[in-house]
Amino acid sequence: MSERLDVRRTSKLFIGGAFPRSESGRTLEVRGHDGAFLANAARASRKDVRDAVVAARAAQPRWAGATAYNRGQVLYRVAEMLEGRAAQFTAELAAATGDAEAAAAEVAAAVDRWVWYAGWTDKFAQVAGSVNPVAGPFFNLSAPEPVGVVGIVAPRASALLGLTSVVAPALVAGNAVVVVASEDRPLPAVTLAEVLATSDVPGGVVNVLTGQRDELAPVLAGHLDVDGLDLTGMAGATVEELAALEVLAAEDVTRVRPAPAAEPDWTAEPRGVDRITAWCDVKTVWHPKGT
Amino acid sequence: MGSTLALPGVDVDPRDAARSTAALRRLLDALPGVDAWGVEKRAATLATRSIKRESKAAAIDLAIRTMDLTTLEGADTPRRVRSLCARAVRPDPADPRVPSVAAVCVYPDLVATAVEAVVGTDVLVASVATAFPSGRASLAVKLADTSEAVAAGADEIDMVIDRGAFLAGDVAKVFDEIVAVKEACGDAHLKVILETGELATYDHVRRASWLALVAGADTIKTSTGKTATNATLPVAVVMLEAVRDFAALTGEARGVKVAGGVRTTKEAVRYLVVVNEIAGPAWLTPDRFRIGASSLLTDLLLQRQKLTTGVYGSADRVPID
Repeated sequence: MSERLDVRRTSKLFIGGAFPRSESGRTLEVRGHDGAFLANAARASRKDVRDAVVAARAAQPRWAGATAYNRGQVLYRVAEMLEGRAAQFTAELAAATGDAEAAAAEVAAAVDRWVWYAGWTDKFAQVAGSVNPVAGPFFNLSAPEPVGVVGIVAPRASALLGLTSVVAPALVAGNAVVVVASEDRPLPAVTLAEVLATSDVPGGVVNVLTGQRDELAPVLAGHLDVDGLDLTGMAGATVEELAALEVLAAEDVTRVRPAPAAEPDWTAEPRGVDRITAWCDVKTVWHPKGT
Repeated sequence: MGSTLALPGVDVDPRDAARSTAALRRLLDALPGVDAWGVEKRAATLATRSIKRESKAAAIDLAIRTMDLTTLEGADTPRRVRSLCARAVRPDPADPRVPSVAAVCVYPDLVATAVEAVVGTDVLVASVATAFPSGRASLAVKLADTSEAVAAGADEIDMVIDRGAFLAGDVAKVFDEIVAVKEACGDAHLKVILETGELATYDHVRRASWLALVAGADTIKTSTGKTATNATLPVAVVMLEAVRDFAALTGEARGVKVAGGVRTTKEAVRYLVVVNEIAGPAWLTPDRFRIGASSLLTDLLLQRQKLTTGVYGSADRVPID
């Protein structure tokens, strides 16, 4: 009897709920911490960015229109599904970093983080909203609303926990996301896309692109249909590179969350809801008081 | 006529067919059947053509110039039509180099509003008529519908054929209706809507195309946009072949209009490729080819902006009706 052949995975993009190859047909070799070949990941092009933004734009109103409670249920389900595939994520992270123990801890923390943000969907409005005192017979209420489509450059080192920590909060308020995964460690992001695809997250709400950060980030920044830009994954880039991205984003006043000087420690509990409110606009309404 | 070159096996002169029902039937019966697989394959192959850069820029402008910007909703108001006309004349207020569209297409009662809004420009006013979209009314009603639209100033009339009569084999009735409406049109350009989504087969599409051309249609149009199946590339191929062969037999150049379901630049460019390949480059003008659409214009402008500025645009930055 012959030996069974390996069934190797061809890693793909995640756009509009489907898993296409890059429109360009290009791929990127992914290697582990020891230089061993792991897989060929799709190398997204600017047209893939465009397609992802179109998908995100189309999906966003329905996601924002779902009840906050329902969004919480869906994000909790992501945690459930991630938990079920913990072994796969651990193996992928370990292959990328070489530290199996840390990998297991990172997966557990990522599951917890999805649960943490799932709990905020129907609560953050109480924290971020307010009843404002006004000099007149009116109720004056402020409430946070999603900005729309958020482009995210995901952290480079923390391929799952870091990714979760930037994507989940953007989803809480009802934004749709286009995320450029870690260039060096894209495989956990692709597996997370498979988790999202089976978690009742509507197709197009999260779109995952793998490829070269410095090729994709400017396209995302310059796109006029992207409302928010998270540059967390640009940590360590030069001032000139960051300035160029902000100039592109400024063309249509895209809200930018600037890159930190170094990649943050993702294992720490988030200190507040600032990553949620970063992708919200405040809507204030005046309502006459009854007698 | 020694015109067997264009249509092998057809020995009836189309101009004779216009004179007697028997000759018309002979012509329609003599038309060869459509090789469905072949025509779909041909359309699919042409759809893979890659159009880049300068050619794409030219195609986008051509698609805008050949567009009938359309609003055919029960909820149309005079104000909406005026805003549609403003878009038609100046599709992108930020860029005067964007050409005007060919025409606006509205319901007959809004023709006067549209004519007023486009006066002094090159944009024409087209009106659907003849109990659009079903065509289920008496001939007298259809003719009154047409005359009113023409009297209100419509430059073009989009009529629907009686699909029920055509499918029941009553080609004479369909023929007579087209002839009568053509007469009611006077100088107005007549587009005959075959509603190919309801004709079931390519053979029917080919016969209906010839029937309309013989009856005097200036343009044959695929669909109303009101049924489940709208314009498709293979149907456009069949209709363009009919127009090409009709021109070869009679020397008269007629037009084709595709309508319904064309929403993206990519689809529009595919139709332009098909027009170029089947009928020839002479058909790439607003006189001989039209695209009826409403949301397509937004995508064309976004793609045009991408080509001129280098960044992908947002639908928020393109005018709406």
